[in-house]
This record gives sequence, structure tokens and C-alpha cells, in this order.
Amino acid sequence: MKVGIAVFPGSNCDTDALHAVRLAGADGELLWHEEADLHGVDVVILPGGFAYGDYLRAGVIARFSPIMRAVAAHAARGGLVLGICNGFQVLAEAGLLPGALLRNASLRFVHRWVTIRVERDDSPFTAGIPAGTLLRMPVAHGEGCYFAEEVTLDALERDGRVLFRYLDNPNGSLRDIAGVRSTTGNVAGLMPHPERAAEPLLGTDDGLRLLRSLVGSAGASLAAAWVR
Amino acid sequence: MTVAEDSRVAAVSGEPLHRRLGLTDAELGEIRGRLGRDPNDLELAIFSVMWSEHCSYKSSKPLLATLPTRGRDLVAGPGENAGVVSIGDGLAVAFKLESHNHPSAVEPYQGAATGVGGILRDIFTMGARPIAVLDALRFGDPRGPRVRHLVDGVVRGVGGYGNCVGVPTVGGELVFHPSYAANPLVNVMAIGLLEERHLTRAVAPGPGNLVVLYGSTTGRDGIGGASVLASAEFADDDPSKRPSVQVGDPFAEKLLVEATLELIERGLVEGLQDLGAGGIGCATSEMPDRAGTGIVVDLDAVPRREEGMAPFEVMISESQERMCAVVRPDRLAEVLEVCRRWGLPAAVIGRVTARRDLAVVEGGLDPDGRPRPGARELARIPVAAIASEAIVYRREARSPARVRSAPAPGAPVEPSDRLPERGTDPGAVLMALLGSPNLCSRAWVSGQYDSTVMTNTVEACERGAAVLRVKGTAKGLVAATDANATVSALDPHLGAILSVAEAIRNVAVTGARPLGVTDCLNFGNPEKPEAFWRFAEAVRGVGDACRAFGLPVTGGNVSFYNESPEGPIAPTPQIGVVGLLEDVGRRVGPAFAADDDLVVLVGEAVPGLAGSVYAELAGVAPEDGPPAIDLEREAALHAFLQEAAAARLPSAAQDVSGGGLAVALAEMAIWGERGARLDLRVGTAPAVELFGEGPSRAVVTCHPDAWERLAALADRFRLPLEPLGATGGDRLVIELHGEGSTGAAEDRGAGIADPVDVSIEALRHAWSSALPRLFGEVDETGRDGAGTVVA
Repeated sequence: MKVGIAVFPGSNCDTDALHAVRLAGADGELLWHEEADLHGVDVVILPGGFAYGDYLRAGVIARFSPIMRAVAAHAARGGLVLGICNGFQVLAEAGLLPGALLRNASLRFVHRWVTIRVERDDSPFTAGIPAGTLLRMPVAHGEGCYFAEEVTLDALERDGRVLFRYLDNPNGSLRDIAGVRSTTGNVAGLMPHPERAAEPLLGTDDGLRLLRSLVGSAGASLAAAWVR
Repeated sequence: MTVAEDSRVAAVSGEPLHRRLGLTDAELGEIRGRLGRDPNDLELAIFSVMWSEHCSYKSSKPLLATLPTRGRDLVAGPGENAGVVSIGDGLAVAFKLESHNHPSAVEPYQGAATGVGGILRDIFTMGARPIAVLDALRFGDPRGPRVRHLVDGVVRGVGGYGNCVGVPTVGGELVFHPSYAANPLVNVMAIGLLEERHLTRAVAPGPGNLVVLYGSTTGRDGIGGASVLASAEFADDDPSKRPSVQVGDPFAEKLLVEATLELIERGLVEGLQDLGAGGIGCATSEMPDRAGTGIVVDLDAVPRREEGMAPFEVMISESQERMCAVVRPDRLAEVLEVCRRWGLPAAVIGRVTARRDLAVVEGGLDPDGRPRPGARELARIPVAAIASEAIVYRREARSPARVRSAPAPGAPVEPSDRLPERGTDPGAVLMALLGSPNLCSRAWVSGQYDSTVMTNTVEACERGAAVLRVKGTAKGLVAATDANATVSALDPHLGAILSVAEAIRNVAVTGARPLGVTDCLNFGNPEKPEAFWRFAEAVRGVGDACRAFGLPVTGGNVSFYNESPEGPIAPTPQIGVVGLLEDVGRRVGPAFAADDDLVVLVGEAVPGLAGSVYAELAGVAPEDGPPAIDLEREAALHAFLQEAAAARLPSAAQDVSGGGLAVALAEMAIWGERGARLDLRVGTAPAVELFGEGPSRAVVTCHPDAWERLAALADRFRLPLEPLGATGGDRLVIELHGEGSTGAAEDRGAGIADPVDVSIEALRHAWSSALPRLFGEVDETGRDGAGTVVA
């Protein structure tokens, strides 16, 4: 079971994710943005950071990088992809996830420990974590306000594709949405950082539960079963 | 070869060029003496930057030489880009505190952002990966609109840069004082971690080696930043200075970090220096000067971002995010490949020579580093003349007419029974203190900084110290910054000692062993004898304190000319300390940890009101003698705290500083979300006991079972312990016993003072809502700008 972590120039949570993935019991490998080859990994994580500087809009340039072609192909094959923070922004820009991440309502960068509620346990990202479970982890972003058209939001709710909700919305996200999954169920993104909440020494290992769930789902070769 | 005529800086009109560049007539004479001829315009421009106060330390050098720089763990000290101290197991920590005051006054966002960028480069230039930033910020009265603009810009700038580079901002300070109104202080400390074998120095060894410039291209931004901004007084918000402020690109910095650390880890560079003040001219003179070599610069080879730049502009541009590496010719291809992969322009811009001078050539070098036929030499300066042997001044120091000396150590401070004012109760005073700009929660600021990226942050501090774990080991690093400017304004020597003592105490209170001190000394115009006296006294104080605590000053910086038309800032000796926890699991936190723990006051220094937050709030002239310090007793307290933590005796510990004992207890209660019921013996002035400030005290809590061992340990260090009571409940209750009176009680005819009796929720509200309200960011939902519920 191997997890690949994409490294764009400006990614800054890549090694954090690598460290946490290893704590979750998986092998990890960094994947360079110029290569359109995933080195046979089972799961791809797009980590946090400021890919390509994010000067224009978060994630807007990263979606055109060679590795994103490979990530899209991996997703189309039913492979698991998780975007964290900037990675979520990239997936939304790339159209692999619905909606967009706008500037925070406060118009300021926000770093805070938040509590999110797990909305669904029928996903490879949350398998084994009962719906309704509360998890604590940090958010750290300037553009994390989840936005989508009302009709899209209604569809997300109806199809059970809202994975996580904030209890204490830090950024003005519509319907308190902190994370969503794709229609096919194998691509997900969230703004909070599970990899920063993977050890009790740093506050809690709530985030590790998510990563263990992801690793477990992929390791059990269940990934395909999740694809609807 | 002759020196070319047309390298002139600009058409000269009116004032002679050297004066317009900030050099005095006497300095011009000195330059002539060093060169044995008249300098040309390009040479003059390089001298003007390198002999600026900012680059040369010409006023401060003789005094800084008196600071202790030896320590058992020291790997690299002053003179390098940052101090480096060993933490064992082949690992070392690099750290340094540096100012970016003047640029931040002119353009707060970019000034603060490039301040972060500059200090980060100082760290990774040494081969260390930056792992934390602490920012110590000082502004004028926060109610002023201009101050709010400055705070907003500086905070966004620090965050905008650090957040993007991906280095957590884990602590620092935010202080308001009227003397900083037109001249804010932006002092940034960065900490890096390295394997000792990767330690890299800023040297240019080996004639024949290549000089490689990589990172951003060179433009006209920041021309003369060191000489124009940092080395002269200025009126506030002077738009003519704005072009001298550099512009930061944190994305480029992130790439620069990764490329640089890869170059170092692969052993591809012989020496490395970041380009800061003075740009290429500085790096290509300081690096060979340290190695006993010289450099010839091929001006045409410098990658530029704009057309038509004059030679002097290329040589002294302070464009950000650039590095200068000295590379062996056989490793050049690999170096260029690393830079290419990280998307960074790189070029060979010169050669190391054996001639010990800096030569600037236009027209190209041949493969052996000799000027091509037809090439012209634009400048030739002995490197020592602009680096190690730059001009030095012995400035006149004269004490101001009215200086009150500090009382002798241990002498009682004159008690004041006027306070708290009659009709107020001590609980209300405590609430007012917790809600005052200098003591309230900093969450509004720290919530704009990413403090958890890199997944090492064990504690990001509100006040006190930040704790970071060291991955792959059991170790932890603890860091704090402190400056006592209010006492420094009364007595700069004592103020500096108190600053060092408090920074170290903040580290020691976690159980960590302090490793070293970095200082950022912010003062007024050194050409004014009284200002220079304050500086000299502060340096003496830093030295006295560091010698007493057995710690080296590993580096730092001096910021002079912090003056505006309204006058100089309060002398501000900002101190940064890094300490080591062998086992991060044994750290002691500042929050009440459990119910029914004993609460104990350690140490017996006599607090005073002079220079205290209480005196400021009550409008009392801070001109009594400031609190004295007994350095031996302070050192004993530090040692006690470390041993107690190593033996796992305390459940929490917090130093007693701003706001005094009552504020220290309130903070521990707020952070621990539990109260305490305490009894305090007071003398004739309860205000002094509750809110007076003084060094050498800490509040420690422990499980009742640990009490006897804690008491025995304190006895061994001859430190008095005063049990105050126990934790628990949802109120902070402090009963006062003694002859003292707080006025209100006295008015009612009561024999003793009213107690402090406030709910933790009320304390928390007072503490956490103040800053968002001050900055007008509480919206109708009762949430502040960072989304924290404050109502």
C-alpha cells in the first residue's frame, strides 16, 4: 500500500503529509509535479501550500501541471485522491470536485483549531468513523470559503456527498461545508488539515483516524467497491 | 587597466555625490586614504552602502565586542549569518533576531514581509531548515488610525510571507507604547534546524572557484535600502522613501529554501551568503574577506528584471530572494541543474581570486576568470576596506541629566497605598488589566499566522514560550522573545538585564535549558550622545546578564535612528532565547492542569509599580525606582524550574511578569479553564502585591503528593515558596490578608481588603475580546475577524 504525495513548487505541507501517512501505516512517496507518472501508488494526496505561489487564484495554475493529468487519469480509474487545503482548491479548480473555495469571509488568513463533524461513514475516507463523530484539527488558509450554486449544494446534500461540516465555521463556507467528495466517491477534499492532527503530542490524533481510514480502504483493495 | 569614467551614478548636480549617498566629508577622506586615490562613482556607491550604519555597525561594533560569545554548546557565533548552537546527536539549531523597522514604517506590508524573508534567508544560508518564526511587534497607541493601519499591514505582511513559505509563526510579542507611534518596531526571530555536518559558512574560499547568483533576478527595487532607510532618521510616511522598500516574493523564497538546502545536503557549495542589505556588492566583499580572497564580478552576467540598469544599481540593488554561492567548477553543472529544477534563474557572475579585492568588470570574463579583451574594469576595492575593516566610530555617550538609579538589589520599593483607586475593587482592576492592550489575548493577531505547518508545534504561545518538537528525537526546542522598554526608558542598563532575565525565565519555566541569546537592539540616533549612552548602557546590561546566566550572545542586530519628529522610541533591547528540552514529554505548560493542585509562588523579589502595566493604566508617573534584580537569585530560579520539570514535579508553571501576580494567576486559570481559591498575605499596599511587577518570580502548581519534594528542591536553591491555595472551581478567588486596604473595603470600614472574586468566564471574556474590539472587528454575530466567538 503506497500513498503518493504530489509536490508542486510552493507546496508546503507535502512532508507533513508524508510523515502522517507513515504514522497511518502506509508507505509514502513524494511525486514531482513535472512528472506525469504516479510511480504505481494506490492513493494520491494533494497537500496544502501555495502551489505555484497562488498569486492569481489558489490552485488555478497547478491544475495544468503534468502530474494533474496523471491524477485525473488515476481518479477516472477509480483510484483514491484526497486534497487537503490547497489540494482541495486544486481539485476544485480542476473540476474533479464540485464548488469553489473563495476568500474567507473575514478577508483575512485564518489559522485556528476547528471541530468538524463526520457526515458520512460510507466513504473510503471515513470508513470506520461513525457519522456524527467530531474531529478536531487546524485550518490554515486565506481562501477556504466553500461556495457552490444552491442547486449544486442541494444535490450534494441529497447524494450524501458532504463529508465534513464545521461546528464553528471559520471562513463563511456555505452550509458549513468543510469537505466534499466526487460523484464517483473516490475523490475528496477538505480544508482542515488532518495531517497536522496526527499525534497526541501536537494536540490530538483525530486527523490520523481519517488517514488510517483512507489507508485501510485502499489497502483492503476496497477502493473499487466505493465507486458507484 | 584603468578605471572607467562612465560608471557614474547619476548626473551630479548641487550637493556632492558622496553626501547624497549618505557619506560625510570625513568619510570621503577616509575612502580616499583606503584606496590611495579618488573613488569613482560606482565605488562610492558601494562604499556608501557598506559603510552605512546598517551594514558596517560602525557605531555599535566596539560595544558589541564586549558581549560574551562563548558557550559550551556554541557552534557558530557572531559574524555569521546566524548563531548556531548544538543540541546533541549531531543536530544544531540556528537562530537570530533581526529588525525591519524602517521599511515597515514606510510600507508596512512589504516591510514586514521582507523582514521575515530576510531573517529566514539568514537561517537557511547556514544550512538549517527554518522551523519557526517569532515576531516581536511594537506600535503606538492602538486607538490611532495610523497605528491601526500599521498593525494591519505588518500583521498581514508577517503572515502573508511566513504562511506562504510554510514556516510556522509560533510566538512573539505585540506591545503598544506611544513612543512607537511614528516608528513601529518589527523584530523577527527565526529558528532553523540542521545537521551539524551541513553547517555552511558565508565564505569564498579557493581562487578559481565560481561565484553563482541564483534566485530572483536583479531589479531596481530596494536601491539604497540600508543607507537611505535604515541609517537615518525620517519623518513618518515619507513617500519619497517608498522606492527604497524591497518587495517580497514568498513563493520565490520557498523555492530558494528547497534549492539551497538541496545544494548544501549534496555538498555542492563551498560557501553561501544571502543577498540582503548591500546586495551583490555586500556578498562579493564579505565572503572573500572572511576567506582571505577576492572576487571579480562580471557585471554583464547578472540576470536582470529590467533594462538599462546602471552598474551601481546592479551592484547595490536589494532585490529580494537571491543567494550567492561559491562553487567548484566541476560542480557547476549539478548546481545549475538543481536551480533549474526549482525554477530559479542562476548564473555564474564571477570568480574567486587571490587578490583580496572586489573588482567589477563590464565586457565579460574568459573561462579562466580574466577580463576578456576589450572588457573594462569599473571598480576595484580592497574587500577588507568595505567589510571587516570598514570605518568604525567611537561615539560620545552622555547620560541624560535626569536619571534615577535603580534601588540596590533587594531594597524595598516605596509602597503606594493610593492604588487601586478608592471605590474600585481589585477584581475590577484585574479585569481591566486583562483587557488592556498590552496584556489581552493576541489571538486576533496569532490567528492570522499559520502556527502548525511543519507539524512540530507543541505549544504556540500567547505569552511566554513556544515549544517545538524535534522530529526523530525525544527533544524539544523552546523559544521566547522579550524586551522591557518601560524600564529601559527609566534605566537602560537595568531594562536590558530585565529583558534578558525575562526571556530566559520564559524558556526555563517550561523546564528547558537555555542555550543562547540573540539580541535586536532598537535605539535612537547614535550621533546624539544621550541616545548613544542609552545604547551603551543596554549593551552593558545584556552583557552583565548573559555573563551571570552563563549564556553566549550568538548574534543579532542593531537598529539605530529609530526617531521621528516626535522624538526617539523607548530604548528597546529585544532579546530572543532558545532552550532545549531533552524530553519534550516533560515540558511544563502554563495552564492550570487539574483540580486540587497546590498553587505556589516561587521567589521573593520585591515587586514594584514603576514601569508596570498597572501604573500605566492608573496614570501613575512611572518614575519611581524600577524593580531591582538579583542576578544570582534569578539564576537560581531558572535552575530550580529546570530541575523541578526534569523530576516531573510541577503540573504547570508560569512566570510572573506584565500585570503582576494576579494577571499571571488569571492567565493560568483562563488557559486551564479552571479556577482557584487562594490566600495572599499583603503588606500595606495590596496593589503592589497583586499587580506590581518584578523579576525572579514564578507561579508553580503541583499535585499535593509532589509538594514535599518541590519544597525540598526550592530549599536547595534557597528559594522561598509561598503556598497560595489550590486549583478548582470556576472562579478565581484571591483573599487578601494583612493590614493593607484597597480603598473600597476601607471606605466601608472593613479591616482588610476586598478579595478578588471573578468567574473564569468573565476573565476570559475581558482577556479575549479586547483586541478585536480595539481593531473594530467584532461583527454583529459577536465573532471577531478571525471567527473567534468573543461575546
